[in-house]
Amino acid sequence: MEYIGIIIVAIFVNNVVFSQFLGICPFLGVSKKVDTAIGMGLAVTFVLTIATLVTFLLQKGILEPAGLEYLQTISFILVIAALVQMVEIVLKKISPALYQALGVYLPLITTNCVILGVAILVIQKDYSLLESVIYAVATAVGYAMALIIFSSIREQMAITKIPKAMKGIPIALITAGIIAMAFMGFSGIDQVFK
Amino acid sequence: MAKLQSTFKNMFLSLSIICLTVAVLLAQVNKMTAKPIAEAKAMKLQNAISEVVPEFDNDPVAEAYLMADGLGDSLIVYPAKRGEEIVGYALNTFSNNGFGGNIQIMVGFDMDNKIVNYSVLQHAETPGLGSKMSDWFKDITKPSQSILGRDLSQGLLAVTKDGGNVDAITASTITSRAFIEAVNRAYSAYKGSKEDAMSGATEAAADNKKENSEEGGANNE
Amino acid sequence: MNKQIKVLFNGIIKENPTFVLLLGMCPTLATTSSAINGMSMGLATMFVLICSNAVISMLKNLIPDMVRIPAFIVVIATFVTIIEMLMNAYVPALADSLGIFIPLIVVNCIVLGRAESFASKNGVIPSVFDGLGQGLGFTLSLTVLGALRELLGTGKIFSLNIYPEKFGSLIFVLAPGAFIVLGYLIAAFNKLQHKEETN
Repeated sequence: MEYIGIIIVAIFVNNVVFSQFLGICPFLGVSKKVDTAIGMGLAVTFVLTIATLVTFLLQKGILEPAGLEYLQTISFILVIAALVQMVEIVLKKISPALYQALGVYLPLITTNCVILGVAILVIQKDYSLLESVIYAVATAVGYAMALIIFSSIREQMAITKIPKAMKGIPIALITAGIIAMAFMGFSGIDQVFK
Repeated sequence: MAKLQSTFKNMFLSLSIICLTVAVLLAQVNKMTAKPIAEAKAMKLQNAISEVVPEFDNDPVAEAYLMADGLGDSLIVYPAKRGEEIVGYALNTFSNNGFGGNIQIMVGFDMDNKIVNYSVLQHAETPGLGSKMSDWFKDITKPSQSILGRDLSQGLLAVTKDGGNVDAITASTITSRAFIEAVNRAYSAYKGSKEDAMSGATEAAADNKKENSEEGGANNE
Repeated sequence: MNKQIKVLFNGIIKENPTFVLLLGMCPTLATTSSAINGMSMGLATMFVLICSNAVISMLKNLIPDMVRIPAFIVVIATFVTIIEMLMNAYVPALADSLGIFIPLIVVNCIVLGRAESFASKNGVIPSVFDGLGQGLGFTLSLTVLGALRELLGTGKIFSLNIYPEKFGSLIFVLAPGAFIVLGYLIAAFNKLQHKEETN
């Protein structure tokens, strides 16, 4: 039951984009078309889950026992960068089709604050390994959902008349703000599961 | 000066040297800042305790211990003393039922089951709504919402909506309920601490009496 | 020296990271619930920008091309860790309010972006000025955004009361407010740019 609470909170109540402000740069850049949004969502889910797993083990297995917690930021980002490189190489070999589909989004994931953000957050929240992985997957789902909702709206906006100064990012941000307001309505919904 | 060639040897050397330098530098800065960081944390705790209990002259943090709260968890209790006499207890309590999750509060009781003061240590409540709990429940100009001075031996606290007599924060019932839950939790642990201290004192008094009667007996002979 | 001043102003106006380059959006939205938070975030990022730009520029000929990104990341992460430790030691309350966004400076696209596009191709002094310029531009935008949100939401700027709190709209200090105010600010900046161009 607790796990369902974690999932609901990660996707709706504390949505990674509309509530926690993580992953905004790619969010604004990649969300212009629905199929690119889906591609990015898949890539993030994949990398986020594995990255959370590996950094969790790194923290509990090496950093904490050796008293090296201050190396968390630097070791985590190196692990993530290496992971993304490896995923690229492996994917190219075993599924060139998927690799092509994800295209340029894969290397961009290294600088996506969602990955590093979630990795640090699960340590701060003191989650167990299983809770951390569930949280990571749920967050990625929330991110993919945000991307897809947003890109469908932006596809519509592309054929609407918008004042010159507002075109592009400004109107996108204001739209995101309105969606964020809608998401605030989910607050407290996880209390039902307690 | 031309850029270094991307040979394996160069790449390995370059990265290794950078990493080693970095490791040494960070270890140094860590050593330098470890003490101030620990001191800042200790100061924060000390301030929170001082804010919520009557004046004391001992070191509550050094004499802290855990006490069961009757709901399956244990809270940290900080006894405040003047000389040998305990004048109050500060308890680090919590609730996980806040609007945004976990809330941590330092609550202080005097020896008469009354709340002296409280200090909200950590929360994720909505700014401007739930976050008002930092001041709402200690507003002594509004006795129906202030919990200061309330005697919990007369009954645990509850918001008016739940049949109690504490006015909840307007439009923030969930936060208010969680806040009250944390305070009640603290009271259970406080009761336990008081009982422990009393039974300890009674034992000491009984020992004294025994010694005196033995001496008296010896004197009589 | 004139050239360096030009580089400086470039970062503040023409290539302002927030309003023109549209980089570093995450901390921009997350840490601007008040003017002081926005300003501190900007200054912390500026520290990292200047230091990492300087070091990367110094080492640019010693880093083989194929490993430049991991090398840049190590350098940047080092300075982020240093500022993190310094802030936790000397301004812990501020470090608490900026929270997870201090370590997230390492993935701030501005820092890696400038390392890649400027510091790895220019001398040390110009790189320092570029870091300073971009840092100042970032700090300015964050402070303005933070001040606006604080003013509209609570009636205060830098905790000084400008008008009574009950006339403020809480929404501006919350998540949606961040998106909306930034959207309007960029639109305003765009409008000013267009006016300049047509003149």
